[in-house]
Amino acid sequence: MTQRVEVRISGLGGQGVVLAGQILGKAAVYSGRNAVQTQSYGSEARGSAAKSEVIISDSKIGFPAVRKCDVLVTLSQTALDKHFKDLKKGGVLLVDVSTVESIPETKVKVFKIPATETAKKTFGAGIYANMIMLGALARIINLVNDKAMEKAIRESVPEKTVEANVNAFNTGLEFLT
Amino acid sequence: MTTTKSNTYFWQGNQACAEGAIAAGCRFFAGYPITPASEIAAHMAKRLPQVGGIAIQMEDELASVGVAIGASWAGAKAMTATSGPGFSLMQEFIGYAFITETPCVIVDAQRAGPSTGQATKCGQGDVMQSRWGTHGDYSAIVLSPNSVEEMFTLTVRAFNLAEEYRTPVILLADETIAHMREQITVPSSDSVNVINRRKPRAGDKAFFGLEEVPPMPAVGEGFNVAVTGSTHDEYGIRFTADPLVHKKLVERLNNKIRNHVEEISDFEDYNIEGCQIALLVYGCTSRAIYEAVEKAEAKGIKIGYIRLKTIWPFPEKLVRKLAEKAEKIIVPEMNLGQICYEVERVANGLAEVIPLNKIGGGELITPEELLAKILREAEKNE
Amino acid sequence: MSEAFSVRKYLRDLKLPFCPGCGIFTLMDAFLRSIHELGHEDLKDFVFCSGIGCSSWICSPYFVADSIHTPHGRSIPVATGIKLVHPSLNVVVFGGDGDIVGIGMSHFIHAARRNLDILVIMVNNMIYGMTGGQVAPTTPFKTKTATTPYGSFEEPLDATRLAVTAGACYSARWTTAHPNELKESIKKALRMKGFRFIEVVSQCPTAYGRRAGFKNVGEILKWLKENAVSIGQAEKLSEKELEKRVVVGQFVERKRPTVVENVYAVIKEAQVNDTKS
Repeated sequence: MTQRVEVRISGLGGQGVVLAGQILGKAAVYSGRNAVQTQSYGSEARGSAAKSEVIISDSKIGFPAVRKCDVLVTLSQTALDKHFKDLKKGGVLLVDVSTVESIPETKVKVFKIPATETAKKTFGAGIYANMIMLGALARIINLVNDKAMEKAIRESVPEKTVEANVNAFNTGLEFLT
Repeated sequence: MTTTKSNTYFWQGNQACAEGAIAAGCRFFAGYPITPASEIAAHMAKRLPQVGGIAIQMEDELASVGVAIGASWAGAKAMTATSGPGFSLMQEFIGYAFITETPCVIVDAQRAGPSTGQATKCGQGDVMQSRWGTHGDYSAIVLSPNSVEEMFTLTVRAFNLAEEYRTPVILLADETIAHMREQITVPSSDSVNVINRRKPRAGDKAFFGLEEVPPMPAVGEGFNVAVTGSTHDEYGIRFTADPLVHKKLVERLNNKIRNHVEEISDFEDYNIEGCQIALLVYGCTSRAIYEAVEKAEAKGIKIGYIRLKTIWPFPEKLVRKLAEKAEKIIVPEMNLGQICYEVERVANGLAEVIPLNKIGGGELITPEELLAKILREAEKNE
Repeated sequence: MSEAFSVRKYLRDLKLPFCPGCGIFTLMDAFLRSIHELGHEDLKDFVFCSGIGCSSWICSPYFVADSIHTPHGRSIPVATGIKLVHPSLNVVVFGGDGDIVGIGMSHFIHAARRNLDILVIMVNNMIYGMTGGQVAPTTPFKTKTATTPYGSFEEPLDATRLAVTAGACYSARWTTAHPNELKESIKKALRMKGFRFIEVVSQCPTAYGRRAGFKNVGEILKWLKENAVSIGQAEKLSEKELEKRVVVGQFVERKRPTVVENVYAVIKEAQVNDTKS
């Protein structure tokens, strides 16, 4: 059977959710799989709802948008409230518990990561939360190898922040190891 | 990153468009910021100078296409990129490029209009504008990509058609395909088929007639070319009242496209011969058909489709053939119905034409919605 | 100068379309004399761009040269594309006041701002002549036109000063009553680099003259001559005294890097960086 996973990363504009999706998709292609990444954001550069969707598959990907996701990653309460209904029954919920207070009662598997808090403490800025979440996500979906992820991160972030981003990603990996 | 080596990347549609342009020989880009086309300008600004080309941001979209036309007459392959609001502003110069036979490529990454509409959301509302946007009698060549890979290959083709037919060509993309990232295998530069405009020979004087597609000099080559948006004869001399000069010019300009529909047309098809229900699709909307067709077939429905990669000139013969084979043609569009009326005109009662429309919020027509429509129409047949 | 001046060698064998007494004849003569006196035997080193309006027909298609006759107000964008791709050509734009500072205003300002290396010659006849005498952005206050039957209720624009503010390297105004000064001004501008602008206040006996109360061309020229005042003199006059006067002369002359030089510097830089990486 072909392997296929559909991921939605959601949060607010400025949290780097679109970038996280792009890096995941790129790493999937570097791992020899097909990937499509789409995004949705408001006209405002900061603060409005933002989401990034990634489909990774061994076969050709037709429809590019995610209808029901296997993994939902949320970095804000409003994002969780909005997208929770689209999580598949056997799916996985990955929550930044530094920015999300209330998680609905659910039978799906939930991983709680204090990403923003850890980012602030360890890397001096909450913005690295997206890479911590991405690390945890990579471990959960297990379709993309860590080397490809690191390569994709290095290509996608500003040169000065490469090391911090890679370290944040590794921190995320370790949360679930 | 380089395009000289055959390789696989994870690119955004807009980046693939920019790289496709460069591979086709584009060395001049002008634009004005607009969502969802701005990444093309940003990418061109970075990449063009590396290959000796020029990228410039102009004061508005009028100037952007105007400067591209000037660049084309100076001998460069030129492109501009925009979305609906800017595309509206460009219509004046698109007519000018048509009547002056100026090759250039205009990208319209459609968003939800009219007016500012939903600036970051996908739509397909510019289909008719891409055909009829400027005033007067004219014919348009409009291509519709449905993947990141086609943002590359159809941009190359847009340049080739522009050069071959000496006319503006529109790449009618949409927000989904422009912003989407996807794997793309970039062909090596020597395997990209590149067509260049035919140059005049010494002593040639007729750059606007005598032949279906006349040769095109550049300024500064000593041909003393007189270019005008007014009606003109074969030598570029203005005739503002003569009915025959106008008829001859405008008929030739239209016929050089209308007489070559088959060569210009490009499409993907499936099971046209054996289908009862057919889909006619283009652009982002077509991404829903693969899953919907598979599921419809699993339920025993005889289904086929045509996906247009060339929307204009409209491939009448092809669609008439589809109408002869299928009982019903479903036309899904992210607008309130545009190409469906063209299908209806061509089908002329041979098949029932059924629109499936969805607008707002950039939400694509899903495979489920398309399948539901197919099943409903199949049930009605029984 | 190798031979006597004749406009014939620069013109196609076509009948010119201008009304008798039109100021365009004076400008055409001054321009082609400048070309001749600068030693150009033909126009092969030039490209002409123009928009829509009587003065846009000066070069298109009458000059034996490459000429691009664009939509209304859009000559400067097309000239921009040509100059950027082909920097060695001398690009000259002809246009009227409506074309250059009416519908094409923003391109004019931006070309001056980015210091595009072209010469723009604007024929200011203070009216939309070709379309039948409608009010222009340059029409004097209270002038009766086809669309201001009670007199214009707007103040006119000073395009020459606007060019200075926007960054032009050369900006001058003359009238058709100053053919020699105009010719010298064109010669000077043609020898310079950067964005250069010359406004030629000109008579339109057909659409403007009769509406403004002039009986014939001679009267308009006489009025232009008598009401012209040099920049130096103008400085000594009050605003009230300057009403209805035409300030003539050279408003600015300066050097700035042109956008053409800057663009090619970027290309060089990008290619050096590309080789490094």
